[in-house]
Amino acid sequence: MASVTVKRLWKEYGRQVVLENLNLRIEDGEFVTIVGASGCGKTTFLRLLLGVEKPTRGELLIDDKPIPPEPGPDRGIVFQRYSLFPHLTVTENLLLGLEFTGSRFLGRLFGAKRRTALEKANALLDSIGLYAARDKYPSQLSGGMQQRLSIAQSVICEPEILLLDEPFGALDPGIRADMHEIILRLWSQNRMTVFMISHDLKESFQLGTRLLVFDKRRQDPQDPDAYGATVTYNLPLKAKATDRLAA
Amino acid sequence: MPRLINLHPPRGSAAFLAVLPFLVLIAAYLFGSNTRLEANPDDKLLPSVATLVDTVHAYAFEEDRRSGEVLLWVDTWASLKRIVVALGISAAIGLGLGLTIGAIPYIRALAAPFVAAVSMIPPLAILPVLFIVLGLGEVAKIALIVIGVTPVIARDVALRAGELPTEQLIKAQTLGASSWLLSTRIILPQLWPRLIDAVRLQLGCAWLFLIAAEAIASTEGLGYRIFLVRRYLAMDVILPYVFWITLLAFLMDWMLRIARRRLFPWAESQR
Repeated sequence: MASVTVKRLWKEYGRQVVLENLNLRIEDGEFVTIVGASGCGKTTFLRLLLGVEKPTRGELLIDDKPIPPEPGPDRGIVFQRYSLFPHLTVTENLLLGLEFTGSRFLGRLFGAKRRTALEKANALLDSIGLYAARDKYPSQLSGGMQQRLSIAQSVICEPEILLLDEPFGALDPGIRADMHEIILRLWSQNRMTVFMISHDLKESFQLGTRLLVFDKRRQDPQDPDAYGATVTYNLPLKAKATDRLAA
Repeated sequence: MPRLINLHPPRGSAAFLAVLPFLVLIAAYLFGSNTRLEANPDDKLLPSVATLVDTVHAYAFEEDRRSGEVLLWVDTWASLKRIVVALGISAAIGLGLGLTIGAIPYIRALAAPFVAAVSMIPPLAILPVLFIVLGLGEVAKIALIVIGVTPVIARDVALRAGELPTEQLIKAQTLGASSWLLSTRIILPQLWPRLIDAVRLQLGCAWLFLIAAEAIASTEGLGYRIFLVRRYLAMDVILPYVFWITLLAFLMDWMLRIARRRLFPWAESQR
């Protein structure tokens, strides 16, 4: 778990202002849902947290320390698509994080270490309902199965922060309910701080402990790039995941 | 009436259609050969089937009177050795270059423009240079194929590496991958199928370079034999040799295709 602090953060691409004067304090273990119109900097904010973009001005702190300049195992990510490795089976995809951190040169585990990792992976596969599909390749899975695997793939590394960029955007509404249950369960079990972008307001209210709305405060019709978006609403929601799991 | 693009031939018809052009070619040959031999029994341009069979028998199953060797196999062995070694070297260098160019921006800045420029050198134009520098032995012939084929393979592989979604590379980093692990466990395995495709597409070029090199300076090899007997208008040797080369090239292509399917099943379902 980790807290995130944003202080007077600006992000500009040349003359285009994407984020302006962002100020936030997110506590340990919150589930933050982010909504807003397209092109108003939600994904940019996530990419800043991920470390693939740098703020133009201002500070972005994790546990009051500056964010590392590149992606790392402390911050997991699930994209809408392409998060899985097509050349690896479901089990291999899931093992990958453990193998990367457990074997710096070969990136593969053997013997007892491999058995421990496999046990952990199998338990996780079972909990997300993918154990039967463990030897399939990602292209043989449905969209919902792929996203469940992708989330598990990040969670197995026990990140302090989990970033979700419209993870359920491409899924059928029926499957989404299952996905919500899984993500809430993994969140409460693994004590992560979660940031999730969503297009679905209902979903955002249901899942989050805090809802952020990104929007532009000012508009210049002659120069749409002149002003950037910021957090216009910062709503605390219900606190406990377990309450909502029961509901 | 359905659209032409929606009409699929049933299995049997498809097989017949596939064989048809070959049958037409053979029929046309037999007709031409007969007509010409009727007009002039000494005609050498389109030898009769009997002559072809005799010649193939002499080359493939009898020892040559002068050298005591069975020429077709000596030639085949010499040529195959050259082309397989050359393609192996090309594939290894091409993969290494392509992977590093695709994965590491500094290497890309350093090597990509150079490889692009080198790939534009017509290899046959520097064949004399190779013979002068490397001598008339095996090295020059293999070098010609390697020089001709490697840059294309390297560029193709690098292109594939560049096509991998950024999401994948970022995800791997969030799972704790170093540059090394990212290259060896994420990028490299996904380049193998494309490497095989690249080599398959370069087979024709490789054979072209091989035959060119053998035609100019060699004492054995399929290309050498064709250019040797050309002096005597020996179409009865040239045509079976061309057929044999085509068959060998086809078999190599087929084996690579099977290997791709067997070794990388995940790449099939991705297409």
